[in-house]
Amino acid sequence: MARKISNRRRVIMTVIAWALAFVIFFPILWTIILSFKTEGNAIKAPWDVLTSAWTFDSYHVVQERSNYFRHFMNSVVISFGSTLLALVIAIPSAWAMAFVPGKRTKDVLMWMLSTKMMPAVGVLVPIYLMFRDWGLLDTRTGLVIVLCLMNLPIVIWMLFTYFKEIPKDILEAARMDGATLGGEILYVLTPMAVPGIASTLLLNVILAWNEAFWTLNLTAAKAAPLTAFIAAYSSPEGLFYAKLSAASTLAIAPILILGWFSQKQLVRGLTFGAVK
Amino acid sequence: MGQITLKGVRKAFGDVEVIPPLDLEINDGEFVVFVGPSGCGKSTLLRLIAGLEDVSGGEIEINGQPSAELPPAKRGLAMVFQSYALYPHMSVRKNIAFPLKMAKLDQAAAKEKVDNAARILNLTDYLDRRPGQLSGGQRQRVAIGRAIVREPAAFLFDEPLSNLDAALRVNMRLEISELHQKLKTTMVYVTHDQVEAMTMADKIVVLQAGRIEQVGSPLELYRTPRNKFVAGFIGSPKMNFIEGDEAAKYGADSIGIRPEHIEVSTTEGAWKGTVGVSEHLGSDTFLHVDTEYGLINVRGGGEIGLHSGDTVYLTPDLSQLHKFDAQGQAI
Repeated sequence: MARKISNRRRVIMTVIAWALAFVIFFPILWTIILSFKTEGNAIKAPWDVLTSAWTFDSYHVVQERSNYFRHFMNSVVISFGSTLLALVIAIPSAWAMAFVPGKRTKDVLMWMLSTKMMPAVGVLVPIYLMFRDWGLLDTRTGLVIVLCLMNLPIVIWMLFTYFKEIPKDILEAARMDGATLGGEILYVLTPMAVPGIASTLLLNVILAWNEAFWTLNLTAAKAAPLTAFIAAYSSPEGLFYAKLSAASTLAIAPILILGWFSQKQLVRGLTFGAVK
Repeated sequence: MGQITLKGVRKAFGDVEVIPPLDLEINDGEFVVFVGPSGCGKSTLLRLIAGLEDVSGGEIEINGQPSAELPPAKRGLAMVFQSYALYPHMSVRKNIAFPLKMAKLDQAAAKEKVDNAARILNLTDYLDRRPGQLSGGQRQRVAIGRAIVREPAAFLFDEPLSNLDAALRVNMRLEISELHQKLKTTMVYVTHDQVEAMTMADKIVVLQAGRIEQVGSPLELYRTPRNKFVAGFIGSPKMNFIEGDEAAKYGADSIGIRPEHIEVSTTEGAWKGTVGVSEHLGSDTFLHVDTEYGLINVRGGGEIGLHSGDTVYLTPDLSQLHKFDAQGQAI
């Protein structure tokens, strides 16, 4: 018998859920609101902010002062490029760990995850020096490489969990049918894992899109993505809340829209494997 | 041609030896069944032949050629898995054509072979469906189709019917036997079901703990089991075993008698007992009789009028009595 939930309880739960969702979404909402205010109004008390006049001024200023489209393209190239490169490396790695595990496979997986626990600033200087010597500073290629490396452990982990769900028999059947290792991965494993690969791709594009530490430290002007575009409105000239908010809104808008349309895939990706 | 020879083949996983050195000859065109309880190494043995596992020692020859270094696809064998192992994202046609695509066969020739296999297996109307839209029996036929198009030297079946319901299993059993008669290709078939083994095999290989207990035709194993294990495993219902003084009368450590070789009487006989449970199947009646030697199963006629609590006398057919020594070997 299904569990009975009283109407009162249902109303309370719904209110709590909406309240929580509102709290989580509030910073983004407030940023969007501030972006439509003048600098003077943006720093007033919250109620006065809401009742003050609405304006597109900040967007005009931001558009004039910096080239949004160039930053946007940099973000697209860097986030998609690094994620695709990571997938190319991660698919064979996850295959190996899921289907021909060795004694130390679990340790390797844990070790890869442990690199995510290291503070990034700890390796900033060596990576900066290497990039300087190899001429990778302020290049899209450099950022694609470094973001790929940063997200690789997560990509491998996610794919590993998806691949674990695929019956080994099917890959053995492919082997009996004459598929080479490459054929097995290309024709059988990858098509079967498409939902998992898609959600891995989405999540990592979002992670790479929002990554600020490496993008700020390794770029100056040419390869600077949207994170650098936002940062340009903070410290040097003091804080201009309205313009900063306008820049932030422009920066997060594309990924917010992408996320909205791929919600289903994302949620499936994050909860995959929780139940069989 | 599909001659498979195993010479001293052994397999160990780490320190655990699952198959001690073993010799076996599978002749061209033979239907050979590996049978044994679960965990006896029968599937592992099949996977060694397929090349999905590497042998730890010994040699597997296929048509006289050593095959240890050959990858699975180069051995000329086709395998049908218990789980069917179809490619869920491909249509039935693409599933069956997959080995041909891997062999880079041209499209027209591939289409002809796929159509031919589909005709043999009654799959023509389903070629454009996905495996998810098929019933269990149809999926199994697709898996067999995928094996047929390769025109293999031998088919390897790994418990192919255990996922099907009882009625379908009987049908598929028949279909596989007919397929063997039609193609005359060597088939190696793994099952834990001795009924499948008895009905399909030219030659049965009974395995226990990785060792071959006996090799022979179904009736050879039924009539002259080499030891107690084979005697108990082949035949349904199981053979009855009696130990102690009663066995000593026949000069054995234990004696075995099949339920169908015991005569039941309500007036006189060798062993007195009481009917416990009686199972009326219509064609037969299985009686579970409590005697002083333990529980004895008897197969009686369909119309036998005996019920729980009745006193009966059992008489074994002495010409069908099996005698075993202390080691369980047949005397």
